[in-house]
Amino acid sequence: MADAHPSEPLRHTPLHALHVALGARMVPFAGYDMPVQYPAGIIAEHLHTRAAAGLFDVSHMGQAFLDGPDAARRLETLAPGDIAGLQPGRTRYTQFLNAQGGILDDLMVTQLAPDRLFIVCNASMKEQDFALMRAGLPDLRLDVLDDRALLALQGPQAAAVLEPVLPSVGKLVFMSFSPFAWRGATLFVTRSGYTGEDGYEISVPAALATDFAQTLLANPVCKPAGLGARDSLRLEAGLCLYGHDIDTTTDPVEAAIGWSISKRRRAEGGFPGAARVQKHFAEGAARKRVGLAFEGRAPAREGAEIAAPDGRIVGRVTSGGFAPSLNRPIAMGYVETAFAAPGTELAALVRGKPLAARVAPMPFVPNRYFKG
Amino acid sequence: MTIRYSKDHEYIRVDGDVGVVGISDHAQSQLGDVVFVELPDVGRKLTAGGEAAVVESVKAASEVYAPVGGEVVAVNEALTDAPGTVNEDALGAGWFMKIKIADKAELDKLMDQAAYDAYLKTLG
Repeated sequence: MADAHPSEPLRHTPLHALHVALGARMVPFAGYDMPVQYPAGIIAEHLHTRAAAGLFDVSHMGQAFLDGPDAARRLETLAPGDIAGLQPGRTRYTQFLNAQGGILDDLMVTQLAPDRLFIVCNASMKEQDFALMRAGLPDLRLDVLDDRALLALQGPQAAAVLEPVLPSVGKLVFMSFSPFAWRGATLFVTRSGYTGEDGYEISVPAALATDFAQTLLANPVCKPAGLGARDSLRLEAGLCLYGHDIDTTTDPVEAAIGWSISKRRRAEGGFPGAARVQKHFAEGAARKRVGLAFEGRAPAREGAEIAAPDGRIVGRVTSGGFAPSLNRPIAMGYVETAFAAPGTELAALVRGKPLAARVAPMPFVPNRYFKG
Repeated sequence: MTIRYSKDHEYIRVDGDVGVVGISDHAQSQLGDVVFVELPDVGRKLTAGGEAAVVESVKAASEVYAPVGGEVVAVNEALTDAPGTVNEDALGAGWFMKIKIADKAELDKLMDQAAYDAYLKTLG
């Protein structure tokens, strides 16, 4: 993802000094100086997260409260998710759309009450998202939580790591929210993540963030993991990365995230770009996001063309790389719908050579969410 | 045997007319986990500074350039199944190819170990 303002000094999250102390390799990402990996390396961090628990700093992401009369239903004028239908304390994945149905960002929305929402959005798009909500919902109050860190604790041992620190946190189910008291402060905890594993995202006041992270890392089961592992984990989980797999040129149906738009919202519309999205639901879209599994060991990266067996270009890779859990390369990309069925033989063109691939169902690695 | 380095962090360890080419320990460390190496065909003629191989880490693909011109006389097939060898032993078992050096005078344009170590310090 390109930096929005490459000439400006990089921002630091509240955990920056801890990353440096842990020996992280820091890289610019979305305007922040972020850890891409720690000394263990991306593959080890990835595999440890799948086997036990990884701790990620995602404090660069946007966090905000949106308050006001009927806030849930009002947010539905900007996003196609069923926000009004959320029970209090439940979280949903949705997208901000433009008038053409193109995706402006994807985000998580938690309903705390019908007039109070908790929003987490992408670092690179947060200023745009905040401006969009202020302009589109001027009578609601947007409180941006600039003074909070966000930590993602992911993996099959996440609950075992967090339960001693936040008793009863193990009872939360996937896509639900609860506040927890810790050292006199309130932490906002959702059971969610971006890896396909069980896990939590934990919003912590900036002043307590390092202490909280060190408390989790004191458990030898929990190890730090960087943005590199976060990317390979989400790719295996079949999850979109904004600016790569989804952007203003793609709509939710093409992106194969139409599952995030409920029956009611498909029928009622009332969100930006509803006409195009409803048409694509009814008639199908001309192209679709699919997974690709490769026969060989050479990875295909973002931008690689995808060819049909007759050599015709039928799509393009939007994310691709090595899948540590599968020990082979995988990718996702958009192809003409006629080539989107699982098992379809295709090839990605890399350095002029076709790499044989098949359309693969996603996720590439089974999800292991805790549904109670 | 003498070892020489390019500014692009390839090394060549010279033994008579043949040089063993790979990437430096610094380069493997910067790349992180190597997951794929694309090697040239044996018999291919390389020119100094020309593309010779591709090394892929989890994050990205990087080109490997020939430190000197010459003909590829052998490639390290073991890297196909064990690309991580580049991380474990870049200067040894993680070699990429052997080149029959066309013009040994080209070696003089490369850095010796001391010069390369000093060069790395300038990179911060």
